[in-house]
Amino acid sequence: MREFNGKSVCHGTAYGRAFVVKKADVSVERKKIEDIEYEIKRIEYAKEKASRDLEQLYKKAVKEVGEANAAIFQIHEMLMEDADFLEAIYRMIRTERVNAEYAVAVIGNYFSNMFAGMEDDYMKAREIDIKDISNRLVRNLQGYESKEFAMKDPVIIVAEDLTPSETVQLDKEKILAFVTVHGSTNSHTAILARMMNIPAVIGVPLELDTIQPDTLLIVDGSEGKVIFDPAEDVRRQAEEKIRQEKERLQLLQMQKGQENITLDGRKINIYANIGNVSDVRYVLENDAGGIGLFRSEFLYLGKKDFPTEEEQFNAYRQVVQMMAGKPVIIRTLDLGADKQVDYLKIGCEENPALGCRAIRICLKRPDIFKPQLRALLRAAAYGNLYIMYPMITSVEEVKRIYEIIEEVKAELDKEEISYKMPKQGIMIETPAAVMISDELAKMVDFFSIGTNDLTQYTLALDRQNESLDEFYNTHHTAVLKMVQIVTENAHKEGIWVGICGELGADMSLTEKFVKMGIDEISVVPSMVLKLRKQIREMRIES
Amino acid sequence: MKKFDYTIQDNCGIHARPAGMLVKEAGKFESKITIWKEDRFVDVSKLIALMGLGVKKGDTVTVEIDGSDEEKAAEALEKFFKENL
Repeated sequence: MREFNGKSVCHGTAYGRAFVVKKADVSVERKKIEDIEYEIKRIEYAKEKASRDLEQLYKKAVKEVGEANAAIFQIHEMLMEDADFLEAIYRMIRTERVNAEYAVAVIGNYFSNMFAGMEDDYMKAREIDIKDISNRLVRNLQGYESKEFAMKDPVIIVAEDLTPSETVQLDKEKILAFVTVHGSTNSHTAILARMMNIPAVIGVPLELDTIQPDTLLIVDGSEGKVIFDPAEDVRRQAEEKIRQEKERLQLLQMQKGQENITLDGRKINIYANIGNVSDVRYVLENDAGGIGLFRSEFLYLGKKDFPTEEEQFNAYRQVVQMMAGKPVIIRTLDLGADKQVDYLKIGCEENPALGCRAIRICLKRPDIFKPQLRALLRAAAYGNLYIMYPMITSVEEVKRIYEIIEEVKAELDKEEISYKMPKQGIMIETPAAVMISDELAKMVDFFSIGTNDLTQYTLALDRQNESLDEFYNTHHTAVLKMVQIVTENAHKEGIWVGICGELGADMSLTEKFVKMGIDEISVVPSMVLKLRKQIREMRIES
Repeated sequence: MKKFDYTIQDNCGIHARPAGMLVKEAGKFESKITIWKEDRFVDVSKLIALMGLGVKKGDTVTVEIDGSDEEKAAEALEKFFKENL
């Protein structure tokens, strides 16, 4: 067993036989020629053929990886027509009286070295583009068809590096993974592998000569690992991982684009919980209907000071724009208790879970709350944004929030800054909020039940205290009854109610929640499709 | 002759794709168009040289347009830089 580390460019696991691609270093002979014009004509012909081939490749690539990524083949065509490149080739043929293939190879080398020597990593990676076109021209001059990799069974491609044309020409059905010695994350192999969704690890320090053809290997795209001749247990683990990935993919193919609807016609919204702008990718990948809980804490945690209004506005705007009209429920600052930042200076509390946290901080410190509200109102103009307030225990708190909102609106109006007033909802995560949910329902546009805190406060049981695990019953009747009460009170006032805590992802409770009348469930992105499948197989009227 | 300065905003600088688009855009005009980065300059019709200039984010380049349609070209190119780079 030999293990190597590289950079992962596309996640996923693969296990199979190595197909070692030796660098087809096009060998050319230097020949003395007599008829200069004839050699130049040959280049014209080679270019015409290359042009046609690139057009074909472009079309294939558009279908497989989209127009933006396929554009590289149009760039190749332009590079091939580059005046400096062609003039240098022609000049060499004329002055040194050498054959066309030799001149193309030498000049191609010269220009690719120029890129290889550049400082910028992105530009360095362009070396391979020049190589690709000069090899293409040389092959055409020599009258060879570009070499096709003949593979019968799916294999793992192991190569020094792959040119964009090699990558696109490969038969996707026959490739389990890519492993390359060179290449950067900017390389086309990397970009194309990602688009084709094939596991790929690059920059793996391998000596290709030492690899026997058909050696068995594991490519672990998520860890950036390559393991040759894996031991029995390692292989089994990899196979299990592949099985799970496959299952997820199948689920995705089956459930993507489907409605979350029970067999007897009840529709539920399934949204995703996220904690960062970059997570939006997973929300979209898993086909969630919206974002049910966007924790705004990421903007505050790990910082030296409060994030500015602009910083927040940009993050919120980005998310609502990426979600393109789908609901994005952003929870206001939920710091305190187990999430502390130094600059907040809350100080030591005897009982932080019952202390200065979440909305309490915001109401005590409007100077912290207002910039966030301003950022949220401004970002709301760019998409379908909802504000959600955490840790509410009283009607007075909501009233106070609305007063602050009015102040913020007046300020924005005065400063002539454009905004939109979003819908506002609250988290139901304290027993107090449950008990007065009938009154609260009259004041807000929606409820979202935070089951984690609600369980901890209802059972008077500290979630952080592991020695109490035996008492921590997540299915406690008290909590489930509360969900029922909240749902009924919400519906009496015609507002919708969701669940955004861990219980939402507990599939043994989904049916119960749907029967209770829960309108929305928000879970980690990877659970969205599993939940959808479950709901689509469910019947609620008995 | 017309000229303007522009500071590159794009994270990758003048990378392959916008470089290709820039060459095409410049090719629409009669005028000779050169782009300067510090003391080096290249003819914008030449893609390899343009990429070889290695213009990165934050670099300020000067674009010079000289010829019969320089007014129109300058306007179009300035727009191109703002939209794509």
